[in-house]
Amino acid sequence: MIIASVAAGFGAALIAPVVTRWLRHRAGWLLGTLPAALALYFASLIPQAAGGSATTARLTWVEDLGLSLSLRADSLSLLMALLISGIGALVVVYAGGYLKGHPALGALYAWILAFMASMLGVVLADNLLVLFVFWELTSITSFILIGFHHDNEQARAAALQALLVTAGGGLALLPGLVLLGMAGGTFELSELNLQAARIQSSPLFGPALALVLIGAFTKSAQFPFHFWLPNAMAAPTPVSAYLHSATMVKAGVYLLARLSPALAGGPAWAFSVGGIGAATMLLGGAMALAQTDLKRLLAYSTISALGLLTLLIGIGTPHALEAAMVLLLAHALYKGALFLVAGAVEHETGTRQAPLLGGLARAMPWTAAAAGLAMLSMAGLPPLLGFISKELVYESAFELGWPLAVTIALTLAFSVCVSGVVGLVPFWGRPKPLERHPHEAPPSMTFGPLLLGGLSLVFGLAPGLIDGRLAGPAAAAALGAPVALKLSLWHGLTPALGLSAATLVLGLGLLVFIRLMRTRLHAALRPWGSERVYQAGLTALNLAARGLTQLLQSGYHRRYLTIIVLTTVAAGTFTLMRSGAFNWPAADSPPGYYELGVALLIVAAAVMAVTTSSRLGAVAAMGAAGYGVALIYLIFGAPDLAMTQFLIESLTVILFVLAFHHLPPFARLTTVSERAGDAALALAAGAMMTALVLSAVGVQLYPSISPYYVQAAESLAHARNIVNAILVDFRGIDTLGEICVLAISALGVFALLKMPRRKAEGAPTPEADPQAETGR
Amino acid sequence: METVLAFVIGGLYAAAIYMLLRRSVVKLLIGLGLLSHAANLLIFTAAGLTRGRAPVVTAGAPAAVIADPLPQALILTAIVIGFGVTAFALVLVFRVYSTLRTDNLDRMREADA
Repeated sequence: MIIASVAAGFGAALIAPVVTRWLRHRAGWLLGTLPAALALYFASLIPQAAGGSATTARLTWVEDLGLSLSLRADSLSLLMALLISGIGALVVVYAGGYLKGHPALGALYAWILAFMASMLGVVLADNLLVLFVFWELTSITSFILIGFHHDNEQARAAALQALLVTAGGGLALLPGLVLLGMAGGTFELSELNLQAARIQSSPLFGPALALVLIGAFTKSAQFPFHFWLPNAMAAPTPVSAYLHSATMVKAGVYLLARLSPALAGGPAWAFSVGGIGAATMLLGGAMALAQTDLKRLLAYSTISALGLLTLLIGIGTPHALEAAMVLLLAHALYKGALFLVAGAVEHETGTRQAPLLGGLARAMPWTAAAAGLAMLSMAGLPPLLGFISKELVYESAFELGWPLAVTIALTLAFSVCVSGVVGLVPFWGRPKPLERHPHEAPPSMTFGPLLLGGLSLVFGLAPGLIDGRLAGPAAAAALGAPVALKLSLWHGLTPALGLSAATLVLGLGLLVFIRLMRTRLHAALRPWGSERVYQAGLTALNLAARGLTQLLQSGYHRRYLTIIVLTTVAAGTFTLMRSGAFNWPAADSPPGYYELGVALLIVAAAVMAVTTSSRLGAVAAMGAAGYGVALIYLIFGAPDLAMTQFLIESLTVILFVLAFHHLPPFARLTTVSERAGDAALALAAGAMMTALVLSAVGVQLYPSISPYYVQAAESLAHARNIVNAILVDFRGIDTLGEICVLAISALGVFALLKMPRRKAEGAPTPEADPQAETGR
Repeated sequence: METVLAFVIGGLYAAAIYMLLRRSVVKLLIGLGLLSHAANLLIFTAAGLTRGRAPVVTAGAPAAVIADPLPQALILTAIVIGFGVTAFALVLVFRVYSTLRTDNLDRMREADA
């Protein structure tokens, strides 16, 4: 059942284009029923998970490698799965209104549903490798969805950037997860989380932690990888709301929470996760203030919230994890709603620029209501869920001292200001002149934000709905120990309440002066964007790739050969020297004078073949070398070889001489320095081969099978010439292959000679060959 | 003698590789021929040399010390295959030259484009 819940999304993705062709923009209401049904199914699993027994399913694939499709729905997974399926349903409905009449709406549905299924896979996976596969699928679907407006170059660049950053993080994550699995002795998450002591004392722990963190940080847009998220706003707004606010960017946070029982506890975890989280939180919050585009504003504010979540997981105390879980839920509800509101505003007014908007509440009352609820939750006002989460955050921060609490309060004051800019200012005050007269958005586009805003209110008024059932057990899963979470709106007059009030005042103060600060803040924060590093890296990578390709794939035969020979010489020499294999032959028979003569003949012939400028001379020299080799065969007991070599060599020379009749004379085509370089390379290769032969002579690593052939030649093959017996009998199939090669070669020769002659148009003539002229 | 032959093989390899690096495609063919001599001699030498005793069984029992027949069988195959390759390559070059009117490998690449 739980496997079907993941697979259903992929199935729905396949039929979504067909359904959309049939129902057009109304398809969203039908397609949205699947995620809604999944949400109900996941909700039905909550009581069981809260009771401590997670729902599991398992399909074994490769038992020995620890590979199995195992899914597990505990409270932490269910919290995420509910967000994914629930917000997924709203987003599918919303997209029908937002992209009404768009020709590619069906494709958008397909990819959103495929994303949903992948994301459910990430949060439900109990096997590290299964998790990784789904993780990469979310990166790919995100890439396609960001680039949905693919006729827009900016959207394509943003999509590629998001893919490179998140998939690059994925490249780090995979070895990280493998190392983790090796350190813990299992790839099953539920078992891994019980092995904390074993993992953290393993020498693999450090690298595994670093790699997993890079994966999580890139996905969740943590500093210095945060820059892709604002650019990803090139995606259609429903996609931004869904992937880049509510779900996918939380995958990194989810992974940290999921693995924290196994990885947390040491200073490395606390400082890296907490430190990066705090930096991201402050930077994102400050950068959000500098934006005027509603979606970019929300994107930076999302980065800030993800930073805060990361910080809380880094702190890792029971209270911090409780706060993280409630904040995760609260943030998904209010930020998802605000994104959808921003999309509705853009849809109706044609602009997303905050300074151009005002007084829309009269024209768009329902949107304004949804915006108001979400905004109040984001600002952390009672009686909304945002207030409760903020109180929890402050309480857990106070446990570590007031400086941390004040830092977080500063960030949340930024967040108050942002909520005002998005949810308050566009709707109230004097209406501003707009190019388009605003109307209320269609029901499909107000339904989602209203429901999300309403849930913020319901969970705020009745926190008992979620504390012991969902948020508490989820925090327990991240902690690896039970917690007793009891949420309430009123905590009494605590320091947290005081800090909340101060946050609100500061945030409203910022909101009043925001217009004066924007430009200055923008200039001050510019150097902190790590996007330039990305751009420089991308340029360098492309240059290096082009250079390497030109070097290796030049299309010139000589360069390929040079690289091959150079590599062989370098690797061969290195191996000979390093392994100490080089030595002079132990049993070297003294050469006779005629043997020396033959050796000299071969070398002289080789030299002549290389140096002569006469074609006939070169071929004759090659033939002489071949005859010399044949003489060596003759001297050292191989008359068969000698005979064959004599015959073949004569035949080759005759062939060459015949062909020369139709071929041009030799031309010097290279410069002196080129020839010197080639000669040096050739001599180096020759020297290495000499060293190789010297080392190989007389080395017998395994017993030879030759004695068997010698013994069996007469008795089995009835032959006295052992070489012949080997060729035609013992290794007869080999010889058959050789005959086939010769036959094919002969056929080729025949075909080439008989092929009708056809001159290529514009083929260069030797006379018009400038290189030949200059080099001669 | 093994030492001497090792240097002969090295010389053949050097000459073959130098010829293979030429732009003139006919020189490349000669390099190919030299390369097959070098490789055959390498196998022959590396297996160990035995003077004068051909691997032939005479009158019932083989002689006590004879040359190793196995590398000889391998080289015999290699010589013949080498000839097939050379003959085919030579005719190919002949056809290429009669079509493109150049024996310069770099110019052939341009004609290809």
